[in-house]
Amino acid sequence: MMTRLMATERQGALILSGLVALAGLILAAAGRGDPMGVHGWITLVFAGGVLLIALRALDAPEPTEDRLASYYDDPTKVGILLALFWAVVGMGMGVWVAAQLAWPELRFDAPWSSFGRLRPVHTSGVIFGFGGNALIATSFHVMQRTSRARLAGHLSPWFVLLGFNLFCLVAASGYLMGVTQSKEYAEPEWYADIWLVIVWVVYFVLYMRTLARRNEPHIYVANWYYLAFILVVAMLHIVNNLAVPASFGAAKSYSAFAGVQDAMTQWWYGHNAVAFFLTAGFLGMLYYFLPKRAERPIYSYRLSILSFWGIVFFYIWAGSHHLHYTALPQWVQTLGMTFSVMLLVPSWASAGNALMTLNGAWHKVRDDATLRFMMLAAVFYGLSTFEGSFMAVRAVNSLSHYTDWTVGHVHAGAMGWVALISFGSIYAVVPLLWRKEAMYSWKLVESHFWLALAGTVIYVFAMWNSGITQGLMWRTYTESGTLAYSFTETLVAMRPYYIARVIGGALFLAGAVIGAYNVYMTIRVAGHQAPQIDYPTGSEANEPAVPAAE
Amino acid sequence: MFRMLLKPFARFFEVHAKAHYRAERHSMALTAGIILAASVGGFIEIAPLFTIDETVESAPDMRLYTPLEQAGRDIYIREGCYLCHSQMIRTLQDEVDRYGPYSLAVESQYDHPMLWGSKRTGPDLARVGEKYSDDWQVRHLVDPRALVPESVMPQYAFLLAAPLETESLPGRLAALRTVGVPYTDDQIANAAVDAGGQAVPDTEPADGVAERYGEETNIRLFDGRRERLTEMDALVAYLQILGGLTDLPAETQPPRGD
Repeated sequence: MMTRLMATERQGALILSGLVALAGLILAAAGRGDPMGVHGWITLVFAGGVLLIALRALDAPEPTEDRLASYYDDPTKVGILLALFWAVVGMGMGVWVAAQLAWPELRFDAPWSSFGRLRPVHTSGVIFGFGGNALIATSFHVMQRTSRARLAGHLSPWFVLLGFNLFCLVAASGYLMGVTQSKEYAEPEWYADIWLVIVWVVYFVLYMRTLARRNEPHIYVANWYYLAFILVVAMLHIVNNLAVPASFGAAKSYSAFAGVQDAMTQWWYGHNAVAFFLTAGFLGMLYYFLPKRAERPIYSYRLSILSFWGIVFFYIWAGSHHLHYTALPQWVQTLGMTFSVMLLVPSWASAGNALMTLNGAWHKVRDDATLRFMMLAAVFYGLSTFEGSFMAVRAVNSLSHYTDWTVGHVHAGAMGWVALISFGSIYAVVPLLWRKEAMYSWKLVESHFWLALAGTVIYVFAMWNSGITQGLMWRTYTESGTLAYSFTETLVAMRPYYIARVIGGALFLAGAVIGAYNVYMTIRVAGHQAPQIDYPTGSEANEPAVPAAE
Repeated sequence: MFRMLLKPFARFFEVHAKAHYRAERHSMALTAGIILAASVGGFIEIAPLFTIDETVESAPDMRLYTPLEQAGRDIYIREGCYLCHSQMIRTLQDEVDRYGPYSLAVESQYDHPMLWGSKRTGPDLARVGEKYSDDWQVRHLVDPRALVPESVMPQYAFLLAAPLETESLPGRLAALRTVGVPYTDDQIANAAVDAGGQAVPDTEPADGVAERYGEETNIRLFDGRRERLTEMDALVAYLQILGGLTDLPAETQPPRGD
């Protein structure tokens, strides 16, 4: 892969990885005896590996191909493989921590193997490792095709992809050592946060420069969403992670915010991580791969505009619905609830737009499991956004909050929407990227689909049951006016559902493992086939970026 | 009538769609639009929380975490306890009956970051301080199911064997002062000694803790052993102060029926 780079770019790779390795060395030296030092070593080894790869190709001849006449897909390919790797790791962790709640002995006795340290490995593994890599990889693919232009730069896509994975690695290994800020979904400590800002700025610049190259006056809707994802995630990340380190030689830092202001900032971040990481980015995926696979134009351009700006504007307000009945002033709670309910309009506009796009292609949904993945993702998107608006209502939230209902809701979105659209997109894009006829086995895609659906349904139903049961038990009074159930009695009632959850999660994990195997075999053994047109062209008549409206 | 009501919205949407049609040809226009649209909500909800005085009550008796308690809080964070235990009693009758007076904003005024939590796999801990003895807390952390057979909590026996690292405590308190916790120079300079002092009652270092943090401070053996200062000491010291930083909630919310 390195031989496709120009000699100057290879030298650039050498210098960049050398600088990162040096940063790792400084971190290792400054953080001796602290987990930060271990992170220094991890950075050093990671950057050293990249450096070696660059070094080995340093004397390779200059590439002879006309690079502007093709798309640059190497980073996309690696990104997809990394996404599948993190999917298996992150979901595997999920099954393990779920099992710990049913069978506490599975905690074993090591400090690193408790629920509290493993749970962030699961959440970061699936959200950032799997979701983030899928987003970065598909965004590289989509921005090139919809702009009909090659990526702007050959070094920066690698910097973004590998830099992001270094962040994920530092995050996950940190949790095992107990390095955490305790802010949910923003757990990594200050140096990892600073690194992510650098990576993210490069990502934004790359995106803008590629858009600037486009052979197409309009920016396609998928790119609006990817752009919103990049921009707003940067905003959220920087504000929520403002902190003062206790020492520059150790990982520990203290948030700039305290108490009620911190709670509001954290859930402004937390809920909009859902909005702009787990929704906007994946809507970008949906808006490209679903019409492409169905070979139907997007149902309504107007609806796309309405839902896009609706989501960008309304979502930001919704975070305070995580803090109903708390010490947060009630006016903020009420604002959060109101906007959460209004959010249903743009959310369902998106889901509806996606499903209406399938009109005239429903026979394909029946026959093609890949398209069915995308269709089901849109359905789950509609369902979980409805559930989310419903749970944001104060009265409902008084029952659902702090219970497994929230966990079930999150997983309806994460498994049913985010993972399904990612797997659908991966199945659609892998044969194209590797120039193959089709996936190695359509039967395995089909089994993955049914495992994923069964796993999600079992998981979500188990959590609905346990959440509502527990919420009701907590608030049940005896006739004499005392609480009817002790906390431990609710735990006993949870157990069957916790076991069911392990089963649901294991089915879903099995599907992901099958998917990874199928992708691996596609790359290894599927027959070669070059697509008719998959290169940048000046004229849309030759290569419509997406199916055009009739 | 309905049509008339909808008219302004239709008008707005028409203008908006046209503006968008122009904007989507310029990546910088889209960028600016996204940043603008995504900033409004956060600004309106978050900024006033820092300026409106009623957001946080004033509690003159509010005390600070001692170095040992702060070290325990850091261990609580390190082990991810907040993932299963909330520290926020909501203004709902059953929660007040189960856990005590509902939580006030002032109680987490100095909590960087707050640990309100989002899930109760175990019970709320906002007022768990002094609800159980030190001995119960230690035995429960060492083997939760020995005391509560139905519990699914992980065991933390290794805390009893882990010596508490105190050298970094002055730096930690100084960082906390930077973000707004009013520690004095004296408290910061003596943080490492005070951490040990709080776990060895009736000694000179223990007197120093009482002098710097008040006579009300819990000065006890916590993990039951005098000779070693462990992470268990710190975590139990932290758990025992939860809900005890100020008396304001109990004063403003008299128990039902009284």
